[in-house]
Amino acid sequence: MANLINGATGDWEVVVGLEVHAQVTSKAKLFSGASTAFGAEPNTHVSLVDAAMPGMLPVINVECVRQAVRTGLGLKAQINKRSSFDRKNYFYPDLPQGYQISQYKSPVVGEGEIQVDLTPERSFRVGIERLHLEQDAGKSLHDQSATMSFVDLNRSGVALMEIVSKPDMRSAEEAKAYVTKLRTILRYIGSCDGDMEKGNLRADVNVSVRKPGAPLGTRCEIKNVNSIRFIGQAIEVEARRQIAIIEDGGVIEQETRLYDPGRGETRSMRSKEEAHDYRYFPDPDLLPLEFDDAFIDALRADLPELPDDKKARFMRDYGLSAYDSAILCAEREIAAYFEDTARHGGQKRDAKIVANWIMGDLSAFANANSLAVADAGLSPAGLATLVDLIGEGVISGKIAKDVLLLLLGPERGADPRALVQARGLVQVNDTGAIEAAVDAVIAANADKAEQARTKPGMLGWFVGQVMKTTGGKANPQSVSDALKRKLGLD
Amino acid sequence: MTNLTALTLADARKALRDKSITSVELTRAHLDAIEKAKGLNAFVAVTAERALRSAQASDARLAAGEAGPLEGLPLGIKDLYATQGVHTQACSHILDKFKPAYESTVTSHLWRDGAVMLGKLNMDEFAMGSSNETSYYGPVASPWLPPNWTPEHAKAALTGDKKGLLTPGGSSGGSACAVAARLCLAATASDTGGSIRQPAAFTGTVGIKPTYGRCSRYGMVAFASSLDQAGPIARTTRDCAIMLRSMAGRDPKDSTCYDAPVPDYEAAIGRSVKGMTIGIPREYRLDGMAGEIEALWSEGAQWLKAAGAKIVDVSLPHTRHALPAYYIVAPAEASSNLARYDGVRYGLREDGGDIVGLYEQTRAKGFGAEVRRRLMIGTYVLSAGYYDAYYVRAQKIRTLIKRDFETVFAAGVDAILTPATPSAAFGIGEKGSADPVEMYLNDVFTVTVNMAGLPGLVAPAGLSATGLPLGLQLIGRPFDEETLFTLGAVIEQSAPKLKAPAPWWA
Amino acid sequence: MSVDQATVRRIARLARIAVEEHEIPHLQGEINAILSFVEELASVDVEGVEPMTSVIPMKLPLREDVVTDGEIAAKVLANAPLTENGFFLVPKVVE
Repeated sequence: MANLINGATGDWEVVVGLEVHAQVTSKAKLFSGASTAFGAEPNTHVSLVDAAMPGMLPVINVECVRQAVRTGLGLKAQINKRSSFDRKNYFYPDLPQGYQISQYKSPVVGEGEIQVDLTPERSFRVGIERLHLEQDAGKSLHDQSATMSFVDLNRSGVALMEIVSKPDMRSAEEAKAYVTKLRTILRYIGSCDGDMEKGNLRADVNVSVRKPGAPLGTRCEIKNVNSIRFIGQAIEVEARRQIAIIEDGGVIEQETRLYDPGRGETRSMRSKEEAHDYRYFPDPDLLPLEFDDAFIDALRADLPELPDDKKARFMRDYGLSAYDSAILCAEREIAAYFEDTARHGGQKRDAKIVANWIMGDLSAFANANSLAVADAGLSPAGLATLVDLIGEGVISGKIAKDVLLLLLGPERGADPRALVQARGLVQVNDTGAIEAAVDAVIAANADKAEQARTKPGMLGWFVGQVMKTTGGKANPQSVSDALKRKLGLD
Repeated sequence: MTNLTALTLADARKALRDKSITSVELTRAHLDAIEKAKGLNAFVAVTAERALRSAQASDARLAAGEAGPLEGLPLGIKDLYATQGVHTQACSHILDKFKPAYESTVTSHLWRDGAVMLGKLNMDEFAMGSSNETSYYGPVASPWLPPNWTPEHAKAALTGDKKGLLTPGGSSGGSACAVAARLCLAATASDTGGSIRQPAAFTGTVGIKPTYGRCSRYGMVAFASSLDQAGPIARTTRDCAIMLRSMAGRDPKDSTCYDAPVPDYEAAIGRSVKGMTIGIPREYRLDGMAGEIEALWSEGAQWLKAAGAKIVDVSLPHTRHALPAYYIVAPAEASSNLARYDGVRYGLREDGGDIVGLYEQTRAKGFGAEVRRRLMIGTYVLSAGYYDAYYVRAQKIRTLIKRDFETVFAAGVDAILTPATPSAAFGIGEKGSADPVEMYLNDVFTVTVNMAGLPGLVAPAGLSATGLPLGLQLIGRPFDEETLFTLGAVIEQSAPKLKAPAPWWA
Repeated sequence: MSVDQATVRRIARLARIAVEEHEIPHLQGEINAILSFVEELASVDVEGVEPMTSVIPMKLPLREDVVTDGEIAAKVLANAPLTENGFFLVPKVVE
């Protein structure tokens, strides 16, 4: 097996399970009417409920419930028509109530699974243990003063989905692929924007190691890892740390740890070491959350096509490879852009060519400018026209690349067909004009022409010269044909 | 008008509408009475200016014929209710100087209906107590003279530690005292295990704990969320009915508040009880129960029978487990509800070095002994390894207690009659100092009602051998407060009239 | 069941209530008095009984996803013992 880690005493298997905290996309908080918008002044997106004023009570936001159920459906999971909210009690300055409202005993979503793509061609399954709704905490800033922490409750009470996987991953790569896929599903469904920079998706990573075939080892939980890259790094260093301890004759203590990307190590969270006793009990300010099949069915009916289904359809309907389909389907917006382009105007275009434009030049431009493909500045209609112009022989592929950059830059919003005309970029298919240009080039390079008759490899050089003299507009195929004929290379 | 404070709420309402008095006169009379009764310690904050301003506005509305149901009627508000910009501390030091930026739903209903706030009423700290002795602001003295005490002796005791004076009960001790001493026409109170009904019984007033969910808990400082319920204390069943109609009603800000129209409770007063079936639960006949309590109970049954009701023996077999189960559920919920008092966002803050020290010192100094005790018990029964044995078991027993009532009601019983308290009022400093459980036993008859979420009304029914008020309790079906008002009015009519305590404190 | 003094200290710590060493025996006595009062519940047959979750038959009300609250920082901070630049201040918390 490729996943094993080589230690001094032989091979080790790393076992990983993840608890992903995904911020639910909603306008208002889980139990209050305050805004969830990011980046506000401190303590402005805070209601009296979020600040836990005396006598304040929670009232649940139904959209957060819908988002959890949608996500559950996307994870092919059991949807629990009756669930309940518990209080997790602990004291912390960014936890104003002194408890977090969560779903400990009966979550809204039960077991499910995700098909994870390790490479576009190679997949494996990760079991989902549960998904539950809970409140986010506020935020403490520790760098504002030498002696004080500054508490901002803007995030306090924002809805989170905690998505708990089974310990089904066996390497950092698998864990990264899992989070990537989960993020894709969440973004497809629209239940979480997956923005890890804003902390809208973060993970607690459970890592243990064992000799292959041995029972599960003691796990350590690495808290609050906030990028996919760091998740991978944390697993690698934590697994090696554990192996080193065991191989030195030590034992792993179950504990929570923190990943320090600067030092590339995990370390024990001393402040959280004090024995936890969260004293969970059902929140008496809330009643059990109940809904019927009609509630679920309506959400199911509105669910978008999910990435796996879309990928399969792209392969089937467009004849795309698994690789191309996977790349196009990684983002719902790109997939939609592809389809809009491929089918624009009710016509069918060569899907592979459309895919190549999107995955190639368009993505390159978008990435270089930190834009989403769909926001790069070219509409699907524009790209479709560009592809059509090539197909119709109006412009060459090479000219098209230039046209694309014009459309994304100075000629943003222009109609490609009109632009090609206005700039005189239309491909020259006129045989007479091409032959004249060919003749001129041969005449000017008689010695080379002579050589070319015996060295056919020089044809390329002649094509280049002709293209140069025609400003790149000559149909390269026609140029090549005429040259071959006139140089006697047929 | 000579004695405006002697009016019932209903009489005052009529006098205001008849224009025979003004709200300003009525309010001023009560403010004067409050001033003279400072020694009783019923009020922890008096909002005189605001009261007079409200009264003037009420008089204008009365003159314009735009009077609300409680227009111009001066009331006292238990310190548990958030009143915007006004002292709201649940009589705890930990809410030191707290003035909320919001109004509780119940009090906002009262102001909507035109009522006038006189001030905030003393109570046991966070409503944890049965004698008002746990208040940070000190105990409240009952307006009832201790047996064989002279007014002079009692008045002198007011200036000291009040030992030996009677407690008005608790936790709504300030509410009961203020109503009984004619310091307000009626008062808001709250009831988690008997905190409306026991003080009403001790002071010869009427109190009702409505069905759980009948009144919103929004803006009421929480003690135990699944048991807390707002209700009034007043001098008559009619006055209670008038108060409850305004206090009750749906509230989208409380997920446990019941969404159903509020009936005209007052219309239930005077309805016939003919054909009603009243259950007498045998389990309430405790070993060693005082003879006078038992006699009063029988007498109450006779009055209802005489009015045409049928009296039947019923059984509520899990009754005796209610109080112990309550002392698991209530502290458990409290231990979590009171976690927000941490010295960070409001209230008292005591330095303790680091953040944990700040929490520990703030909470040690901010909470009184009884609250600390209950928070520790609550923390313990929820902690790992004990949760199932204590909390889950207690909630199962709660199911059994509720089932007992359901069975009785399903058999056709309209209401249940029980004693309100095991005894008449006791003295300040008399109970609970050695063993907290001694105090807890006060709630033995009332706590089942909270555990089952049912409505319970206490009306004065007579006097003890020592001349102190005794009450009887009526327990009703969920959301059938009307039947309790009907039956309560019969007891009120049948019982010998109580003479208001003479104002020895003034 | 009854608690020992170590348990009293542990509960006080969990409840974040400072307790002086000399208070412990007294607290232990009071807590044990209450525990012995509730002891009898252990004898009740609760086999097959569901714990109560809601005392009245009612469905959880659901709120629509509309921003109706917030933007009241002044009110949120009004009663705070210590603030700066719109933040609540606490002694430095070390992660």
